[in-house]
Amino acid sequence: MKKIVLSIVTIATLFTACKKNTTTASEYNSANKGAISVEFDNIAGSSDLQLSTGSYTNSSSESYKVTMLKYFVSNLKFTNVDGTIYTVPQDSSYFLINESDTNRHKVELNIPEGEYKAVTFTLGVDSLRNTMDVSKRTGDLDPTGVASGMYWGWNSGYIFFKFEGTSSAISGMMGNVFQIHIGGFGGYSTVTANNLKTITLDLTARGTAKVKASKNYAVNIHTLVDVNKVFTGTNTISLKTTNMVHSIAAGVPVAANLGAIFSHDHTEN
Amino acid sequence: MQQIWVLYFLTTTPKIKVMGKKQLTIFILIAGILIACNKNVVDEIFTFINPTHFPKPAYNFENNQITKARFELGRKLFYDPLLSANNTISCGSCHIQTSAFTHHGHIFSHGIFDRTGTRNSPPIMNLAWNTSFMWDGGIVDLDLQSIAPITNHVEMDDSMPNVLKKLRNHAQYPTLFKKAFGSSEISGVHFLKAMSQFMLMCVSSNSKYDSVQQNLAHFTTEENAGYQTFKQKCNSCHREPLFTDYSFRNNGLPPSLLNDLGRYLVTNQAYDKYKFKVPSLRNLSYTAPYMHDGRLLNLDGVFSHYTSGVQATQNLDSSLQNGTYLGILLTPVEQSNLIAFLKTLDDKSFLFNKNLAEQ
Repeated sequence: MKKIVLSIVTIATLFTACKKNTTTASEYNSANKGAISVEFDNIAGSSDLQLSTGSYTNSSSESYKVTMLKYFVSNLKFTNVDGTIYTVPQDSSYFLINESDTNRHKVELNIPEGEYKAVTFTLGVDSLRNTMDVSKRTGDLDPTGVASGMYWGWNSGYIFFKFEGTSSAISGMMGNVFQIHIGGFGGYSTVTANNLKTITLDLTARGTAKVKASKNYAVNIHTLVDVNKVFTGTNTISLKTTNMVHSIAAGVPVAANLGAIFSHDHTEN
Repeated sequence: MQQIWVLYFLTTTPKIKVMGKKQLTIFILIAGILIACNKNVVDEIFTFINPTHFPKPAYNFENNQITKARFELGRKLFYDPLLSANNTISCGSCHIQTSAFTHHGHIFSHGIFDRTGTRNSPPIMNLAWNTSFMWDGGIVDLDLQSIAPITNHVEMDDSMPNVLKKLRNHAQYPTLFKKAFGSSEISGVHFLKAMSQFMLMCVSSNSKYDSVQQNLAHFTTEENAGYQTFKQKCNSCHREPLFTDYSFRNNGLPPSLLNDLGRYLVTNQAYDKYKFKVPSLRNLSYTAPYMHDGRLLNLDGVFSHYTSGVQATQNLDSSLQNGTYLGILLTPVEQSNLIAFLKTLDDKSFLFNKNLAEQ
């Protein structure tokens, strides 16, 4: 009996090992890098998001329009089908997505060849980068440049998610305007709320990403970002009562919904 | 390279068998010129000097080495109204040197379009030792401080990209940035570092108190009595030699109609409600009005608050609760002695330092 078990295990091991060699190793060479992009396609329910013109309805039956949607995506990681994880070097892993700028709808990267079954990223700017010397805050993180509208000067820290618009449900100091600004990485010397969200999108159901150096185009992971879900999920957010969010604490109930606004739609291989 | 040349002269000259007076003078002259030309030697004069009786600075100078050109650039920027939306308000508008860089006589400073803020303009003084900035400590790195007033709606109401754009189109700034940082391309990082350089060099360490600490002067009897009272009753928060411990405390001021929650606005922790940073007492004679909202117009007001005005508000500091008595017990004699001592913290060499003034 023992012998039989041993033989089965041995044969099984050989098969798995062989399978690995025949598929992965022959097709992909992890020493080479290929192009990949992660597209953040902003939508509102079943409609593509149209800034200023589109009208949408949230879970509290409030009609709203969106004038601005910007957010930071950072610390990207790609999980290979073999289980290994490729982490994008941190210095080049911060991206500002901006709906009003077509050049800022995608994160473009070069990663080792391979078939990837998941992508993981942070919505926001992690505490380490939030506390670094200004000389390390270049490019998308420059608080005097690209990130100037995504930075709280009075309470040193990045705004992770900036969502603004109008709604007839609102009658506030600024008329019908809503401004939802989410930030807060846990604080410098004292503890504040941590509104960072780590999101992992499983690609297996709707298409793994097959990255190869020989492809003369970037494999694209197409994600959908549903702003309607900002108002629902863990907490129901009504624009009538929550329309001016300008601090870390005020952002906590909204931030609780943000992990679920992302979904994988398909992969263009 | 220049240093190598000096070395060359030093090693070769002894070979000259007879060195006349003339030759020696010429040698010294050449060596002197070479040393003067060496940038490092010139910059040494502008290096941040840590007063011997002060602790180590909190600021990380490794990331921003002080040089003359950078300091001077920072100073020019500090006094330049170009940093505001309509080019009318400079940093120096609300931080006036002769008032220890506060806005003398103003409870709340007024910025652009005469809009007023909700807090009293704090001094720019000994910031190298500050562990956080603003009354609520919302800013944690001096290099990030300048962004706040420049972009604040009631202060300068501009945006950083727009300020940088104005500087890039300016007749002088590209040259000045090149002189300071080796590149005429004006980056936000260089802008912020230059601003920090000016603020870091605003060191007040030359008061009578400082001279006494260095055994260069003596307190009068009255000053000394005040010093003893100070050490006994004030030093736990306004700690020597910087006269603050940089903590946040509620000193029992009754909340005004603004109901400013202070540090709570930054941390959102209930235990931080009504707490504000302990301010330094240096140059006290020049920084009135007092408190985060400038509500106390003179020192008499401050003493009357601490002796009889402290309210049992949420998070009142424990040092102001002595059984049923709230505040600090001070006899009239102790008060007058304290005033005599506090005046020894005035530092005219700082208030009138031409190097820190608008040029």
